[in-house]
Amino acid sequence: MKVTEKDVTYVADLANLELTEDERRGMLRDLNSILDYVDRLNELDTSNVPPMAQVSDRYGVDEAKQGSERFAYAVREDVLEGLRRSLPHSEALANAPDADDDFFRVPKVIER
Amino acid sequence: MEPISLTIEGARSAIQERKTTAVALADAHYARIQKEDGQIGAFLTLSKERALAQAERIDRMVADGKPLPPLAGVPVGIKDVMSTRGVRTTAGSKILETYTPPYDCTAVARLEAAGAVVLGKMNCDEFAMGSSNENSGYGPVRNPRDLTRVPGGSSGGSAAAVAAHMAVFTLGSDTGGSIRQPAAFCGVVGLMPTYGRVSRYGLIAFASSLDHIGPLTKTVKDAAIVLRTIAGRDPMDSTSTDLPVPDYVAELDKPVRGLKLGVAKEYFAEGLDEEVRAAVEGAIEKLKGLGCEIVPVSLPHTPYAIPTYYLIATAEASSNLARYDGVRYSHRARGVRTLSEMYRRSRDGGFGTEVKRRIMLGTYALSAGYYDAYYLKAQKVRTLLTRDFDAAFTKVDAILTPTSPTAAFRLGEKSNDPLAMYLADIYTVTADLAGIPGISIPCGETREKLPIGLQILGRHFDEATILRVARAFEQAA
Repeated sequence: MKVTEKDVTYVADLANLELTEDERRGMLRDLNSILDYVDRLNELDTSNVPPMAQVSDRYGVDEAKQGSERFAYAVREDVLEGLRRSLPHSEALANAPDADDDFFRVPKVIER
Repeated sequence: MEPISLTIEGARSAIQERKTTAVALADAHYARIQKEDGQIGAFLTLSKERALAQAERIDRMVADGKPLPPLAGVPVGIKDVMSTRGVRTTAGSKILETYTPPYDCTAVARLEAAGAVVLGKMNCDEFAMGSSNENSGYGPVRNPRDLTRVPGGSSGGSAAAVAAHMAVFTLGSDTGGSIRQPAAFCGVVGLMPTYGRVSRYGLIAFASSLDHIGPLTKTVKDAAIVLRTIAGRDPMDSTSTDLPVPDYVAELDKPVRGLKLGVAKEYFAEGLDEEVRAAVEGAIEKLKGLGCEIVPVSLPHTPYAIPTYYLIATAEASSNLARYDGVRYSHRARGVRTLSEMYRRSRDGGFGTEVKRRIMLGTYALSAGYYDAYYLKAQKVRTLLTRDFDAAFTKVDAILTPTSPTAAFRLGEKSNDPLAMYLADIYTVTADLAGIPGISIPCGETREKLPIGLQILGRHFDEATILRVARAFEQAA
């Protein structure tokens, strides 16, 4: 078993999930079964293979250019024109579970 | 006018020729939804006010003798992962049960600018995570062909609505097969464009290096019409490219004779249902008969695609879904005292089991000590999978595969075994990982009359060729 009960608690904590006892048991079983399957990736020698973080630096761009130069088309002047206007507070806060006229309201932040 | 079998052109010309009105067409679709959708469950929210306002606008254009835009009065359904201003958008999740976006997704805005009438929002797996639509927080969608079976996922509502003629077409999203697999299960056309071809602005993010928006339609030509409308650079999405958008419709009927079509043995290996194999092999023969040259190719890293996909997609999801914290727009648990407790209890109560499972897997794969072994490893194998396609496309113009290893399975059949469910995407995740376009079109039925899908994969930004092959097959079938 790769993942232990302790790992489940640790990862749930990182992900800001609480999980019930039942859910923790299920996670322990499912994560181990998925990671066992994922292990087949180790059959491949990737020591000289570069990681691929995204698609768009290889296709649909000028490949003669390097680095961020390739994405020159995505660069724009720092002006608002043509972009979405900022939302008025009333609209931006409309979906908040708790807010006053200007701010989102949350429980006290000092104590964890 | 009965919505049955109306295509985009059919709907538009019926309005133009005054055989019907845009309002009557919208009403006819709502009547059909009223009659059929109780047992199918494809729609989560209807946007009648917005639809009728748009339909009336189109009808005024007709009355004034103005030229009609290409999608004038055409009723469309939008997968509920795409933001619609003033119309509730849940992503199939209880955590967004009351969320009403303050802006429109670019793809939706472009459809409406072209005259389309948005009927409502389509059910889907929660945050587009699933292959059966059983992970929706609002109940499953049932396959219109057989109500005991799933419509596929995650764009299950989008596929079922087109199959049941509750919309002329729909938009879906595809991260690992979520347009193509449900299209195959429901017997409709589903197109995933190249990564960067269609703006994702306003799409609720699942896995940003893999998410795509695309159409589900009744015909290949309709898919070309929709793609032409939604494709192209959007300043609001830096991943959308500025490559010119070809006229996909004009290219459709170019001859396919002499095109080289690849067939990879890795897509016909163990686990492929015999009836699906027979139908897809029959489709390959048919395309050969149309003058295409069938060329064996090898995509040797295919068996590693599912593990690669489920590491990368979950890692990105764990990051993207961190925003659901109970503060700005998502469900907040009651009676919490501290901030940390608010985060946890809100997320616990709002997310379903599969979403939690993927957040956990992704967080684990990114966590200290495991990053290199899982996430980085998967990114390297992603390079290998992409190189497979690069090599194959030096020899062929497109690649033919089954869309899914089986036809639609029964509700509940795989819902307790996440790994078995993940394997339903075995032929579709590769295109998402490589960023290439793919289309699924109907290519036959099983003995039980369940649709079977043929998948056609193409080079980056070469949707024109896969649409052309799909059209030739459709016309010959």
